[in-house]
Amino acid sequence: MNIINYFTKHPKLIQFSVVLIVFFILVSMTGEYHDLIIERDSFIKDVNNGSIEDSVGFLESIRMIFSWKLPPQLVRLPEISFWNPSVSTAPVYWFISIIITFILLFKSAILGNDKNILAIKGKSDFYNRCKNLNIKKWFFYNWTKIFSKFLLGIIVGLILIPTLYSWIFGEITTSTFWEIPSLIHEFAQYLMFDFMLVEHYNPRTREYDEWGIIRVITRGIGDSIQFVITLVREILMGGFKSIVSLADVFSSQSGWDWIRDNKGSWYSNIPALPWTVLTTGVFILGYKLKGLGLSMLAGFGCIYLLLFGQWEPSMETLSFILVAAPISGIIGVIFGVIAYKSKAFENVLTPLLNIAQTMPHFSYLVPVIVFFGLGDHAGAIATIIFATPPMIRLTLLGLKRVPPEVIEAGMMSGCKKYQLLFKVLIPTARHDIIIGVNQVIMQCLAMVVIASLIGAKGLGSDLLASLNQLRIGRALEIGFCIVVIAVVLDRLSLAWANKQKDYFNDASFFKRHKTSILFVIIFFFACILSWFGNNLVGTSAFNYIDQLINVIRAGFSSTFNVTLAPIKTGVTNYFSLIPYNMGITTEPFWQGGVNWMVENWQIGIKTFNKFFLENMLMPMKATFLAMPVVATFVLFMGVAYIVGGIRSALVVGGFLSFIALTEWWERALITMYMTTFAVIVSVFLGVIVGALCAQNKRATKFILLICDTFQVLPSFIYLIPVIMLFGINDTAVLIAVIIYAIIPPIRYTLEGLRSVPASLIDAGNMAGANKLQRIINIDFPLAFPHIVLGVSQCVIFALFMVIIGAFIGTDDLGQFILKALSDKKGIGNGLILGLCVAFIGLTVDHLISTWSKKRKQELGID
Amino acid sequence: MSTKEQPVIKCDSVYKIFGDNANKILQESNGNINAKKVQEMDCVVGVNNASFEVNKGEMLVVMGLSGSGKSTLLRCISRLTDATAGNIYIDGVNLLTMNDKDLIELRRNKMGMVFQSFALLPHKTVLENIAFPLQIKGSNLKKSMKRAMDMVELVGLGGRENYFPRELSGGQQQRVGIARSLAVEPDIWFLDEPFSALDPLIRKEMQDEFLRLQSVLNKTILFVTHDFDEAIRLADRVAIMKDGVIEQLDTPANIILNPATDYVRKFTEEVPREKVLKIKSVMDPVDDKCKLSNLRVSEDAIIETVAEAVLSEQYPVPVINKNKKIVGLLYCSKIINMLFGDKGLIKKKS
Repeated sequence: MNIINYFTKHPKLIQFSVVLIVFFILVSMTGEYHDLIIERDSFIKDVNNGSIEDSVGFLESIRMIFSWKLPPQLVRLPEISFWNPSVSTAPVYWFISIIITFILLFKSAILGNDKNILAIKGKSDFYNRCKNLNIKKWFFYNWTKIFSKFLLGIIVGLILIPTLYSWIFGEITTSTFWEIPSLIHEFAQYLMFDFMLVEHYNPRTREYDEWGIIRVITRGIGDSIQFVITLVREILMGGFKSIVSLADVFSSQSGWDWIRDNKGSWYSNIPALPWTVLTTGVFILGYKLKGLGLSMLAGFGCIYLLLFGQWEPSMETLSFILVAAPISGIIGVIFGVIAYKSKAFENVLTPLLNIAQTMPHFSYLVPVIVFFGLGDHAGAIATIIFATPPMIRLTLLGLKRVPPEVIEAGMMSGCKKYQLLFKVLIPTARHDIIIGVNQVIMQCLAMVVIASLIGAKGLGSDLLASLNQLRIGRALEIGFCIVVIAVVLDRLSLAWANKQKDYFNDASFFKRHKTSILFVIIFFFACILSWFGNNLVGTSAFNYIDQLINVIRAGFSSTFNVTLAPIKTGVTNYFSLIPYNMGITTEPFWQGGVNWMVENWQIGIKTFNKFFLENMLMPMKATFLAMPVVATFVLFMGVAYIVGGIRSALVVGGFLSFIALTEWWERALITMYMTTFAVIVSVFLGVIVGALCAQNKRATKFILLICDTFQVLPSFIYLIPVIMLFGINDTAVLIAVIIYAIIPPIRYTLEGLRSVPASLIDAGNMAGANKLQRIINIDFPLAFPHIVLGVSQCVIFALFMVIIGAFIGTDDLGQFILKALSDKKGIGNGLILGLCVAFIGLTVDHLISTWSKKRKQELGID
Repeated sequence: MSTKEQPVIKCDSVYKIFGDNANKILQESNGNINAKKVQEMDCVVGVNNASFEVNKGEMLVVMGLSGSGKSTLLRCISRLTDATAGNIYIDGVNLLTMNDKDLIELRRNKMGMVFQSFALLPHKTVLENIAFPLQIKGSNLKKSMKRAMDMVELVGLGGRENYFPRELSGGQQQRVGIARSLAVEPDIWFLDEPFSALDPLIRKEMQDEFLRLQSVLNKTILFVTHDFDEAIRLADRVAIMKDGVIEQLDTPANIILNPATDYVRKFTEEVPREKVLKIKSVMDPVDDKCKLSNLRVSEDAIIETVAEAVLSEQYPVPVINKNKKIVGLLYCSKIINMLFGDKGLIKKKS
């Protein structure tokens, strides 16, 4: 009886047990299909070779269900066909679009209340309104409306109406859901090559040809970004000669011709900025912005890059970030401000941001390749797309948190609209915006490696290359370079934002500008030194340095028993820069360490690996694959219903059906299995570590520092050691995923435990609870909603890493995304696969955040 | 001050109704707003038919509990929100028909406002915050900083001009808010519960400071508060609001002596009269036959401060105005009544 009482008191438990029972019944009903579906792809193969049907009729289905068997269409969804939409850009459809736009605008923006039409005083008829209309103001007030309505008009006019027309009067063509990727591909091709053709001058062939307008626009954007990147890069490392090669862009004469014509002149030989200028510049900047500490950090960061011979790729990466980060920061702020001003825009933007933040990095790459081509600019654009969403989020959050009285204070000071925005709103929200900038820099650096897949030069491609050669030491060194750049940029930007002005400083010109003057002096001195250094190459001074570096390298090599070629002597101008791979290196140290581990631990690892794969991973994978589609739906939608009611169930159902309708459902199940396993382990370990560390302040500080460092490391770094130790299999991927995904649970557990109100802890202590009782009864229940948010983050982190695990060789969605990258028609596949991954993430995120919100409300915190 | 002079602020049956159906309600109600109907239509009444004038150099305190619409009224007059109906005149110009450009001009030159939660810009120092309105106006940097520095001295924050708001206490932050609102030398000064967020002791200190400032500056002031004592202490006239309606608008003495409604009486009952009323409000007309005491009291003195001296006099004490002219007599009996007598008696006599 007690049990029954308990259950009636907790109706959710009954609901959950019903869901579980139905789930297991459905799983048990797979019958003969069971053996087919636990081997991935064999179900589809059997369908294709005709040995089984992929769907059966209604009566047959009923018969099968009565004989305790699921009909095949409930085990795996078959291809579902639908009518093809058609797109037309004929003038008549444009006309219809414009008319629809006008109709939509008529009520809200044209005939609206007085607020929309500012110039009118009093109420008058339509004609008078139009006569008095101040077009500029009207447009300024209504432009978001006009834009959104026009977009809607185009969708209806150019897609919906032609589709209806062709369905009613023409021949109906159908395609299946599985063909959507190729439809997307065709649509992209259409946009690029057939949509609104315009004359385009091709400078290579010196002829005019016809390009789609989208292509002209995207290539224009790509070229301008490429131009800026190249410009920055040439200033940092090319010298005057290659800077003028950019002159192509501005003049009819080619830059190289121009150089040839001016060969003997003094300015044709100006070198690039020597490292001394940048390093001392950073020293001085750090000192001016904050003080000696920052100056040391930044300066020695630069010296590290130089000494380890990574100056050139670092500058390439830097030039790339110096372009991408500001652009995505600015776009983020602009979008954030628009979303703040217009609720409608925010409503459109939020789901897009959700998807963008859960799509794996890879899936951005394919569309970028299609629309922008390969190269540094493509990498930069992919980075911008990836780094902008958090910036938008944080800008919007910051603006929303500006107290209304501050806005009123601004208005009462007589601020105009732009003054209110730039002098009151944005500065007041600056804390969140700075965190956004910080995030942007981090995201840019996270993308450095991935962007190199589509042609971005610099540290990223070097890292990828050393990964391919399994040179772990080198990869670690390069990874550390990326971290150094990240930390220095981050700290400098923070310090700059917090800088304060002194108005009553009556110092003389020289005193006020002493740092700038110092820099100018050093600049000239360093340039002269570097020019002078050209003559020193091969002399004893530089040879001495050559030998020193060689001694260090050789010392490392012999100690750790790894061969390493000595650098060339007598060619380096150390006043200019240390060329690529000619510096000190600690590679042998790391390499030696890895070799030692492989040698000594190999047998243990192999046994563990075998046991782990056979007894845990394979059965778990089989369990996941053995779920019929309908059982998965019952489980997820049932849980969603219990957590958030019918609305949540529908949302989750929508996400899952999208994945189930594609041909990659089984791959998605494999992704889910890996993610689930990694999440369970990392949450378990993470919560324990977090809870233990929370008991001690010093441990907290230490673990947070480790978390910060781990988060900055490019995710590829995690793959290196696991490949070395575990080889190429699921174990390796999962261990990398766990190391990466353990960060959020630790962090959120710590924060959750720390945010338990002190009064409650005091109350617990006064009630005589011992430490364990207090943790169990007070700390954890209150911190739980927060910890759960950490779990949600953990899922996203794990998904990203599982997808990146494709590089090691997995057989889930990630592998297909990677394939789509090298596929000419990959855009559709890439996008749909990306959406699948995003939807897995969003499903979990939706469930967890809904639950956590409810729970927090019940507890009355936050 | 002559009464013929144009009032600085003039409100003429101002309404503010929140909600989508605001205009409809107004049209249907013909000026008498039915609370029930408003609620049915998902609207909330902020200000209901407010009409009053504020003259130059006068301080009008709007007092009401939270939700009474006092802050809404203030925001209508500063046009931070647009009134639903009615007219508001600032120096004879209709505020509601003003275009954005004129409104900004008006705010830049004529208005200053102090906020309950200080509303300082967190990224600017004390000095920069105070100079902010001047910067927005486009004043020269050096001049505006000098002016801001003067304001810092005026509100007694000298030496802290380079602090950030977060480094200051509540009272100090509000001093910055006051200095900022005064930086452009406004004619009209709006204060929205400026001392409500402060501790009682600091509040008293700030009120004294405020009175000192006002005696120097002599601005036209609209002051909003929920504290009746504060209203009585500071005001030239007090408007008491309830549910958007001004229940009574009068001098503090008249409100205490003749509360117009039961609602107002609830506030006045607990107020110790001798601590608020001035001699002016209890004196009797000059009676030449009477023998006078040698003591002279000012008509603006608070009763409590002179009670002891007056009570120790044998004869009625003459009351003088600013020009040292005798304007009335003060009998001991009046004072005794005021101190110990029951309320009915005072009401009868006055």
